Amino acid sequence: MIALLRRDLALAVRSGGGFLLGLAFFLILTVLVPFGVGPEGGILSRIAGGILWVGALLSCLLSLDRIFQLDYEDGSLELLATAPLPLEAVAAVKAVAHWLTTGLPLSLAAPLLGLLLNIDAAAEPWLFASLLAGTPTLSLLGTFGAALTVGLRRGGLLLSLLVLPLYVPTLIFGAEAVHRGAAGLDAATPLLLVVGITLFSVAILPFATAMALRMNLR
Amino acid sequence: MSIWEYANPKRFMQTSGVLLPWVGWAAAICLVVGLGWGFFLTPEDYKQGSTVKIIYVHVPAALMAINAWFMMLVTSLIWIVRRHHVSALAAKAAAPVGATFTLVALITGAVWGQPMWGTWWAWDPRLTSFLILFLFYLGYIALWEAIENPDTAADLTSILCLVGSVFAVLSRYAVLFWNQGLHQGASLSMDRQEHVADVFYQPLLISIAGFVLLFVALVLLRTRTEIRRRRMTALLARERLA
Repeated sequence: MIALLRRDLALAVRSGGGFLLGLAFFLILTVLVPFGVGPEGGILSRIAGGILWVGALLSCLLSLDRIFQLDYEDGSLELLATAPLPLEAVAAVKAVAHWLTTGLPLSLAAPLLGLLLNIDAAAEPWLFASLLAGTPTLSLLGTFGAALTVGLRRGGLLLSLLVLPLYVPTLIFGAEAVHRGAAGLDAATPLLLVVGITLFSVAILPFATAMALRMNLR
Repeated sequence: MSIWEYANPKRFMQTSGVLLPWVGWAAAICLVVGLGWGFFLTPEDYKQGSTVKIIYVHVPAALMAINAWFMMLVTSLIWIVRRHHVSALAAKAAAPVGATFTLVALITGAVWGQPMWGTWWAWDPRLTSFLILFLFYLGYIALWEAIENPDTAADLTSILCLVGSVFAVLSRYAVLFWNQGLHQGASLSMDRQEHVADVFYQPLLISIAGFVLLFVALVLLRTRTEIRRRRMTALLARERLA
């Protein structure tokens, strides 16, 4: 498992900057928003939490189709499926690798980009915490979607159509935590709900992903 | 005699062929009676005027939109556990029907919302969760269309339906948390006396029965079409080999 994780991380970091692409996209999105809605600080700080959450969600989408596609094409996915390591563990490791290369950097970058959007200082810790708690679900759901569409030649667009509705609960609770943090309300409830969804996803989705992979490889 | 006998496509075709005209005509009669009674023979609401009559399309369509997804969930489970092809094909057949009902509920809701709430659309929990349900339907149908091997397609869409159901329910309650709405509570309930007045209630029940029967008829018809298409593909493949 550790070897697989190291291999996936090395592939993500070394193969043509795919790893930084998500971050760069996140940056550009945050820079573009003020051009769209105008530079007034009041409006920006009101929508900052939502924008950063939606941005993180879209940046996660970018690298999803790479999770299984290359392995599927060069046959290493078949090798992994016949290896002694259970396919559920492979699915979990893939999700962890995806999270380490997108979710974690996004969570670290979001408070900085929040400054660009004039976010409330009180909301910063909640933004970081909710992204840290929520992005694992995005990676897990994305891995599941990638497993569903791995056999398709042009699965990228379909993948976003399948995965985005699944992101809704996480987005709602995550953005709500940031809003409540900014308004000085109790933000612990939505944050705990995000954590709950993540724990639930950790428990369920590797199995669903492995099932989908087995069906695709049959 | 058990329900699993209908897993045999031949048995299913026989039985559904006999059943289909009856269900179809019953649906037509219920719809004509329910909608005709509702549209022309009920009084106008003292506050809402004639717009109240949208209820005879809106409520049954919304009800069936959810029940269609539930039916797909059950048939997907049956496919995963027992691998009966009719079950998977029924799920495939139900999806566009359910999506259409969802769209009908959304559009009639918008038409009703415009005069009553002064807006076509509000980010109300019920409206939003229906929109999300519609997106789930779209993804499900798109996945069916995208995969060529029919068995793989059935497998993958079943898994998507199971995971999707869990997250659709999560979204339903997440949306409640996110915004309080304009939409009223339940129009129908078994135990409480809060549902609509009797003059509206009786034609509404008949319309609902009509929509249920219409759904059953459409799903039977579409499942039969899918089975025939599957047979045709098999025949063509056999001819090519010979």
